[in-house]
Amino acid sequence: MTDEPIQIINDKCVRCGACVKACPFGAIAQAEKKSFPVIDLHKCTLCGACKEACKFDAITIQAKPAPSTTVTLDDYKGVWIFAEQHDGVPQSITFELLGEGRKLADQLGMKLSAVLLGSGIQGRTDELIARGADLVIVADQPELASFQDEAYAAVLSELIRRHKPAIFLCGATTIGRSVLSRVAVTVRAGLTADCTALAIDPTTHELLQTRPAFGGNIMATIITPNARPQMATVRHKVMKEAEIIPGRKGQVLVETLSQALLQCRARRIRFEPEKEKSANIAEANIIVSGGRGMQKPENFDLLRDLAGVLGGAVGASRAAVDSNWIAYSHQVGQTGKTVCPKIYIACGISGQIQHLAGMSSSDIIVAINKDPDAPIFKMATYGIVGDLFEVVPRLTEAFRKLLAK
Amino acid sequence: MRFVVCIKQVPETTDVKINPETHTLMREGVVSIVNPFDMYAIEEAIRMKARLGSGTVTALSMGPPQAEAVLREAIAMGADEGILLSDRAFAGSDTWATSYTLSMALRKMGDYQVIICGKQASDGDTAQVGPGIAAHLDLPQITYVRRVEAQDDKHIVAERLLEDGVEVVDSPLPCVLTVVKELNEPRLPSLKGKMNAKKAQITVWKAADIGCDPQCLGLTGSPTKVLRIFTPPARKGGQMLTGETHQVVSQLVEKIKDTVLSAQA
Repeated sequence: MTDEPIQIINDKCVRCGACVKACPFGAIAQAEKKSFPVIDLHKCTLCGACKEACKFDAITIQAKPAPSTTVTLDDYKGVWIFAEQHDGVPQSITFELLGEGRKLADQLGMKLSAVLLGSGIQGRTDELIARGADLVIVADQPELASFQDEAYAAVLSELIRRHKPAIFLCGATTIGRSVLSRVAVTVRAGLTADCTALAIDPTTHELLQTRPAFGGNIMATIITPNARPQMATVRHKVMKEAEIIPGRKGQVLVETLSQALLQCRARRIRFEPEKEKSANIAEANIIVSGGRGMQKPENFDLLRDLAGVLGGAVGASRAAVDSNWIAYSHQVGQTGKTVCPKIYIACGISGQIQHLAGMSSSDIIVAINKDPDAPIFKMATYGIVGDLFEVVPRLTEAFRKLLAK
Repeated sequence: MRFVVCIKQVPETTDVKINPETHTLMREGVVSIVNPFDMYAIEEAIRMKARLGSGTVTALSMGPPQAEAVLREAIAMGADEGILLSDRAFAGSDTWATSYTLSMALRKMGDYQVIICGKQASDGDTAQVGPGIAAHLDLPQITYVRRVEAQDDKHIVAERLLEDGVEVVDSPLPCVLTVVKELNEPRLPSLKGKMNAKKAQITVWKAADIGCDPQCLGLTGSPTKVLRIFTPPARKGGQMLTGETHQVVSQLVEKIKDTVLSAQA
């Protein structure tokens, strides 16, 4: 039995059952109310929720001793952020990462570097420095003009081997998640997806990576104790953008890369930009979203009008997308996108848990619904029971006047 | 030609509720389902086989013994066989160790041409395992696929959904795809499919069967560790705005206008 990675120490256990209730996987059971709990190791994922819940330190979780590696953790220094650019233009997530990365680097007394991949992008380094980077590491190659999973991953892996950063952050964007997953496997590093909070542990100096799981029902704090770099993708719109500090100084390092790193088997043939401006819900500060209560596709024009006035994007529930009232790229929720705007205005959305999973971390939630019992009202900062076809146009008018001033 | 779909058994999150006293998840009677995004992966693999006129669709999963249920569901839809990777040594795997384990099973199969995964699982939401498999096997990848434009036995051309548009990518085979919902509409199992699923022999492979390095498995092989799990702070009770339409609208404008103005920057 001593081989098992998780154990209940019966001498310490008071059989209170707190661990049984805490287990997100239903892996712990008590045969009777006051008997010793038993862990079903087939179900247990060693997540540690029970250990956290036990007030008596009666649960131990022990990984087998980590393999001895040649990795010396102290050799890894500096905080890196991936400067995501589209057509040479750094994306807002890049500035958010610079803001967060600066804080972490200062706490650790380390340098902050931005890693910029692209073609003809060397004129873009000033802004990254002005927003907090001490160093910009540039890979400027025609092959890197547009995002290519394999080449980007190969180049980033190579740069990590050359410079050994302690921390590497990237946006939890389509590109970020696609490329960093490859990099983490290649350099044998830990990667935590879609973080909403980052901090440095004051004693161990490890990166504490906090992220939602189970559709936001629970939060987990993850560490990477024995591997470097500590890598994480960071959710859009959660971290504050770094401000421009005029005259801020920094260095630029242009890397030489072998041709082999730039090879790609999968290749972009063409790119069709989204025509509807209101579609980029991941990056929007304000989202106006519609559900089953919208009744037909034309009615989404009401939401487009409001979003247009507010400078926001248009979202939708699964019900609206499945009825073909609006394209899938607008869908918020479990089978769509997770968004985190300053204001989320839910119109005619009842608030199924799958939808809430995609928007519950918005700063302000406004719900407009006919049904006073709709679950969305439990989540809403401000609720209006009423007819959205009356409320939304008036809201549009009111803001049109206000913002025109 | 072999099409492999990697699928995961997840709790049906609609049933996950928080115990208001202990602030923990209440999982009694929670039903397990096929991860929603994986349903599109299964459907696409079956369509690929039909499109090319031949081949085998293999459903692959890693999990406890009861995860064989999702493999039977894939077979009911039309997959030809199911392989379950189940070993206590896999427990506690993060995405590095999971993608390693799945890639070792794929190596054992050897003859894969297209590997299809759902974009992400609804419990972990990482979207890291698909590209992780591609990296372990050094294969090209097309992530967030929303449409397969063309395919033959050497190449695939697919549309992927990016934040600001659609990218069309051409990849030689073998390759890894991760798929989103727009791709197709998963079929319901036929009666014959259900019969097949009932009769099917699910192959179970343990760590030793696929030649895994024990140092790369489970909690030991996972670079990331969970430090703690907690319930997010509950949202503060909302405020209902009441009155005539023009009144509620002006109340709302008053409440949110500062945020709206600051968002214009």
